[in-house]
Amino acid sequence: MADRGFSVSRLPGFTPTAMLVFVALYLPILMLVAFSFNAGKSVASFEGFTLQWFVKAWANDHVKDATLRSLVIAVVAASVATVVATAAALGTTRRKAFKGQTFIYVVINQPLMVPEIVTAVALLIFFAQIKVLTGYQGLGYLVTAHAAFCIPFAYLPIRARLEGMDLTLESAAADLYASPWQTFRFVTLPLLLPGMIAGFMLAFVTSLDDVVITLFVKSAGQDTLPTYMLGQIRRQITTEVYAISTVLLGLTVVLLTAFFLLTRKKD
Amino acid sequence: MTAATQSMIEARHTVKAFGQGDHIVRALDDVSITINKGEFFTLLGPSGCGKTTLLRLIAGFEMPTAGHILLDGVDITDLPPNRRPVNTVFQSYALFPHLTVAQNIGFGLEMQGRPRAEVAKTTAEMLALVKLEPMANRKTSQLSGGQQQRVALARALAPKPKVLLLDEPLSALDLKLRKEMQVELKRLQQETGITFVFVTHDQEEALTMSDRIGVMSAGKLQQVGSPKDIYTRPVNRFVASFIGETNFLPATPVAGGLQLGCGAVVEGLTTAKPSVTLTIRPEQIRITPADDAGAIPATVTSLVYFGTDTHCHMALSDGAEVVVRVQSPASGEAGVRTGDSVGLRFQPAAAQVLED
Ligand SMILES: Nc1ncnc2c1ncn2[C@@H]1O[C@H](COP(=O)(O)OP(=O)(O)OP(=O)(O)O)[C@@H](O)[C@H]1O
Ligand SMILES: [Mg+2]
Repeated sequence: MADRGFSVSRLPGFTPTAMLVFVALYLPILMLVAFSFNAGKSVASFEGFTLQWFVKAWANDHVKDATLRSLVIAVVAASVATVVATAAALGTTRRKAFKGQTFIYVVINQPLMVPEIVTAVALLIFFAQIKVLTGYQGLGYLVTAHAAFCIPFAYLPIRARLEGMDLTLESAAADLYASPWQTFRFVTLPLLLPGMIAGFMLAFVTSLDDVVITLFVKSAGQDTLPTYMLGQIRRQITTEVYAISTVLLGLTVVLLTAFFLLTRKKD
Repeated sequence: MTAATQSMIEARHTVKAFGQGDHIVRALDDVSITINKGEFFTLLGPSGCGKTTLLRLIAGFEMPTAGHILLDGVDITDLPPNRRPVNTVFQSYALFPHLTVAQNIGFGLEMQGRPRAEVAKTTAEMLALVKLEPMANRKTSQLSGGQQQRVALARALAPKPKVLLLDEPLSALDLKLRKEMQVELKRLQQETGITFVFVTHDQEEALTMSDRIGVMSAGKLQQVGSPKDIYTRPVNRFVASFIGETNFLPATPVAGGLQLGCGAVVEGLTTAKPSVTLTIRPEQIRITPADDAGAIPATVTSLVYFGTDTHCHMALSDGAEVVVRVQSPASGEAGVRTGDSVGLRFQPAAAQVLED
């Protein structure tokens, strides 16, 4: 009560504004989820509960194909991003401040700041050259592109975890005859693991959700789930797409909940 | 035994400088020290004098800017910490939070690649040694400060190092626990026979626990000796004033002794310097009646009651201040009163001539 400082929640109209924002954010999502269980095809009225759209979507080979591809890309890209981000985080925090540190941060976090469309076009041109040179047409391009833009998402939680770690623990390990590798393996890595899992999950969700870069980089027949859905909606809005979105939403909620549980402070 | 096999640690002309250019700090300035096998050696000195730096050099966390460090006769200056048979008890304990108490204690043995059975056996012995058997499978975060301290000790002792380094291990504990752990540490050192190098800035702790003490100040080793040596025979003003309370009296050499500023001559003491400082502990001075012919005349300026002792502040005829400690008599009166004229006497052998 002693605090009479500025608080945005005391401004007039705060509550209605906040309500409006929440409604704008979540009402469409709630409607999407609701209509994915709608027995009728219309978006105008709810005609009873059904799971048929989920069944139909899963029976659709295109959906299966795109889902599988999305998952493969996301798992591989997130794994690569996590490893690279861990190395980068170790390199930037496990030493005294050095010249060019800020520059390194900017380089690592570049994908967060450069407009995605710019990265997409750049990658398109770059990969086109490689395609001509090597003739390789596979998923590698998408995986590489996803890994690259996922690195900052993996980097942030890992770095936060490292910065909160007591460096004397590593000294203590060295003092107790652990070689630098053993110190990393038996002390640093176990303590870092929650950060790495959190980083992996953020990278995974980011990859799973990507449209812009994927659209530019993918070859014909390399649809991921989001680009497939985009293609479907261009033709005609199908309730199947609602069902897929609902499943993706569920997956994301599960992952983000796990992320929250892993990164929150233990009391 | 020869001198070479007696010494466990030897630092030779060790220098450690931090920073560059105009901002160089000489944390250790040409320190040479020998620590003997099986002794409880204490490094004592004020904050920032370089105690931790010396420990870190012995442990291998820092490289000396110049000089060498020998362990059991072998030059270890260039060995990394994991290849030195030296273990550390960190001030913050630095227990591994993801391991149990037993796993923490066994960590050093595991890293050395000892057989599983030996790790288990030694861990059990160590748990018994520090009386923590019931806690073996707890996480270290579930322990009290004193228990964590014990785990840190057991963990560092388990690999049976040649030297155990302890950097102010008791400073985070409250007074009662601190006293208990002082006794416990001394017991562990005697039972294991391992050389302990203990850092503290608490002079009382240093005096009661150590076989020998090294007093440091401003990156330099001022004096090394037994607690009694250090207390009764300080080599300079710093050591005399850092450990216990003392009186400093300027003096000049005359025929037959040293003459104090008030004119009194202390017989039997000599010096080659034109002027020196005489130091005498407050409890070494006796108060005699004012008509005592051979005594130094003084006036009582104030009395400070400390329970068992009373400090009598005196002024000599030249204004120099002297504190005398007397046991408080049963009546609570020191036998003298403020303003009294008295005589002061002490054994010349109890005084120490400081030439700095
Ligand atoms: N890594 C470092 N970089 C720069 N200066 C340092 C570093 N470590 C220590 N110093 C300096 O060296 C001097 C000695 O430090 P040290 O930690 O050895 O003191 P200490 O005797 O252990 O003091 P305390 O009782 O406060 O722990 C201090 O002036 C300190 O500022
Ligand atoms: Mg220190």
